[in-house]
Amino acid sequence: MLPTIPQSALVRLTYRGYVALFFIYLIAPLLVAATFAFNDSLFPSLPWNGLTFDWFFNSTQPKLGLFHDPNIMRGIRTSFVVAVFTTTLSLLVGTTNAFLFERYQFPLKELCYVLMLMPLVIPGVILGISMLVFSSTIANGLEDSFGFEIEALRPGLFLVVLGQFSFIATIATLVISARLRKFDRTLEEAAYNLGGSRFDVLRTITLPYLKPALIGSGLIAFLISFENFNTTLMLVGSDSPLTITMYDRMKEGSTPVLNATSLFLMIGSGILAFIAVLAQRDKSKPAED
Amino acid sequence: MLMVRQPSRRLSKGWEYTTRMDYDLECQSIVKTFGVFRAVDQVSFQIERGSFFSILGPSGCGKTTLMRMIAGFYEPDSGDIHIKGRSVLSTPPNRRPVNMVFQHLALFPMMTVAENIAYGLRRRRASRSEIETRVADALHRIGLPDSGEKRIDQLSGGQKQRIAIARCMVLDPDVLLLDEPLGALDLKLREHMKVELKQLQHQLGTTFVYITHDQSEALVMSDRVAVMNDGKFEQVGTPQDLYFQPDTAFVAGFVGDSNKWRGRVLNRDATSLKLEADSGETLVGVPGGSAAADRGMAVDIFVRPESISLRRVTSSEPTSTPGDTVNHRAAVVESVLFNGAQSRALVKTRQGEDMAVALPQTGEYADLREGEEVTLAWSIEHCRCYPASSG
Amino acid sequence: MSQKDARRLTFLLLLSPFLLWILLLVVIPHIDMFMLSVREKIEPRVYETGLGNYIEVFSEPVYVHTLFRTAVMSVAATALTLLLAFPVSYYIAKLARGRLKSALFLMCLLPFWVSELVRVFGWMILLRETGVISSFLQWAGLVSGPVEFLYNDAAVMVGLVYTSMLFMVVPLVSTLDSLDESLVEAGYDLGGGGFAVLREIVIPHAMPGIVAGCIIVFMLSLGNYLTPILLGGKSSLWFTGHIYSQFITRFNWEFGAAFGFILLATSSLLVWLALRLSGQTLASTIAKS
Repeated sequence: MLPTIPQSALVRLTYRGYVALFFIYLIAPLLVAATFAFNDSLFPSLPWNGLTFDWFFNSTQPKLGLFHDPNIMRGIRTSFVVAVFTTTLSLLVGTTNAFLFERYQFPLKELCYVLMLMPLVIPGVILGISMLVFSSTIANGLEDSFGFEIEALRPGLFLVVLGQFSFIATIATLVISARLRKFDRTLEEAAYNLGGSRFDVLRTITLPYLKPALIGSGLIAFLISFENFNTTLMLVGSDSPLTITMYDRMKEGSTPVLNATSLFLMIGSGILAFIAVLAQRDKSKPAED
Repeated sequence: MLMVRQPSRRLSKGWEYTTRMDYDLECQSIVKTFGVFRAVDQVSFQIERGSFFSILGPSGCGKTTLMRMIAGFYEPDSGDIHIKGRSVLSTPPNRRPVNMVFQHLALFPMMTVAENIAYGLRRRRASRSEIETRVADALHRIGLPDSGEKRIDQLSGGQKQRIAIARCMVLDPDVLLLDEPLGALDLKLREHMKVELKQLQHQLGTTFVYITHDQSEALVMSDRVAVMNDGKFEQVGTPQDLYFQPDTAFVAGFVGDSNKWRGRVLNRDATSLKLEADSGETLVGVPGGSAAADRGMAVDIFVRPESISLRRVTSSEPTSTPGDTVNHRAAVVESVLFNGAQSRALVKTRQGEDMAVALPQTGEYADLREGEEVTLAWSIEHCRCYPASSG
Repeated sequence: MSQKDARRLTFLLLLSPFLLWILLLVVIPHIDMFMLSVREKIEPRVYETGLGNYIEVFSEPVYVHTLFRTAVMSVAATALTLLLAFPVSYYIAKLARGRLKSALFLMCLLPFWVSELVRVFGWMILLRETGVISSFLQWAGLVSGPVEFLYNDAAVMVGLVYTSMLFMVVPLVSTLDSLDESLVEAGYDLGGGGFAVLREIVIPHAMPGIVAGCIIVFMLSLGNYLTPILLGGKSSLWFTGHIYSQFITRFNWEFGAAFGFILLATSSLLVWLALRLSGQTLASTIAKS
């Protein structure tokens, strides 16, 4: 149970074997999905027909590569735009929420806090349809009463951004709050004492302290938005983000271009994860996390 | 507050008494290394039945490693550990007849006080009624009869201490290990708990092995103390032995306070050594340990502040020069550190050495002031020297 | 402007984005969805308030069966995830040291950094008839022909457990990490064996992490759409599938809203039950993980 407590060799080996198996289980599907991006075959399955990079770079059918597939490239662009907007909104609201809950006492704070957590325990599909229903109610109301149609309130990218933002904001709030809670408020008091205005103090002391959390939650928000499927599926219009495009292909059964896209996503995520780890590393407290 | 041991109620452990009945715990040439670091180096000792044994040493000296080997959390690289005459090396920690009071007590926060005390009994599958009586009994003995249903975080520091000991004592261990359990308490409570622990041990008659870096804890409570340094035992003896007859320079410096000089042996005769400090002054002293002190040898010289007698130099009385056999110095008071019974004067001798001198308790020197001239004197046997340590 | 007024103004500036977000995007849409679900269509463009939609859902055996099946499989997936993740989390938190510890922990996060779509895709390649496992078994001579591992409940289970593993491992590792090792040692020292220490000390200590992990995993499984649809195949019934088809395919929003609300109620009820039984609160579990 601990390195200091003697255990029979058999138990120790079995335990290690289990942990090893667990990690094989964790890695196998990712490894397989990535590997078949290089298989020179029209289907992402065995047999192995030899190594090829066609699924990335080839520009002709039937082996249309990832970088020449207009639908997939458009999906990536759409997802990117959606993720940028969602991240910005989430960071803004996440920061104000963090200050609200960490710095202020107000009536019904407990209730507000539970409400703030709610989006995490509501299934993404439900978040999507409730957004769909409510926006249609408004759009229909406006149309019936005033006779004009607001296109943004019909399924489309605007609703996708709002739908994703509705729960990603909670995640950003939690990450930023956690860091704000550890902030030593005497630093702010010292800065006031030394003659800084409230805004100066925020700009020069508090926000720099929050920077790792802001970068970290920003990257997480971007990633979650980029990968989101459930909420997006319910709100999407004619422009499909990448996950929706991939899903449609996957249902039909596709060429290994999907594997190439998967590998592309993995590398992208890996880079983001790497940046996030670097940013979260608190230089003043190397032992943390 | 406590009772005598009731052997009839001991839970059977299937324990056979074989040899060496008088020792509860015996360690033989224990060695433990971590990588290249030798944490415990050839340590051997025996602890008599029913005694209070302390291991005193600075942090990092290997005392915790030694204790964890006795408890079974580390395995010695070589050597053997006997409890009641039987080797326990192949016995896992949960089967050893020793229990441990952890440094931060390690009371289980997820259980009540009563559940904490009952934990070990439940592991032995004692009957529910027996557990109930024994827990109630233990709570009564430690003076907390109504605290059974309390949560751990509702207890004060001293109460936690007692619960941690009671949790072990209900199991009636052959040896109770205590790993600096007083460290987290404030000063007053610590003083109080020292006395309480000593009484507890006396009444229970269980062998206690107590680890500490605080010499006062070790000296006050123990029957015998081992001073440990760099993985080795420097000296094992009664508190009086350590204080009055330290064997090594380390013990002389670590136990109690001392004025210390580096110097060398000028001359030796049958009973005393003539010494020269590096500052050029001469002293007369005795060899401290068993090591021979030859002419010219580098030594460390120790004189306790409380062994030095201090006299004022008044204008009416000329500076008296005592006989040659006594060490003496003329000095000027630099500052007075008043601390009740532990009051000191820091003085500077005419040769420029700084020394600390204990002030007598009579109040005679209560008005001693900075700048006053004094004479210091100490006898040969209070001036002890040891072969110089490298440090 | 006095200090007090300034503080008040700041408070209002922080409160308004929170209220806008939580009310417009979360609270009101769900109320609106509920209103829609109790609207019965009598004839085109004529509606009446009533529980007709709900009665219709519960009187149709296939819907009740799907709801029941979704809930049971989600509970099973949660239990299985806990069972598989606990030993690994304990290994990471208490047995692994230094670099190995952080490396293993990062490996556990790996699947999270990749879209659920990619994860499911990886499992499809592994499990399908022409997939890696089937081919391997044929190559090893264990089976004579291709074997289809896809499109059954076991495949759905594998996918659900895989997808949610991270959300179990992270809270478990963080609570187990905070377990003072001297408590475990004291448990042994006082005569406990491995099992007793696990039951009396380790599990009670890890309870907040266990509850947090279970709630999130359960929620994710219940609200999952991709995994049961893609790994379970067309015959696999999952409650979110009905929601999707009512909303998007059949355009029967009133009925779909009722489905959505039933799913939300089921999920909330089970989460609430889990919290009550374990004596935890939402804030003490979710927010800390």
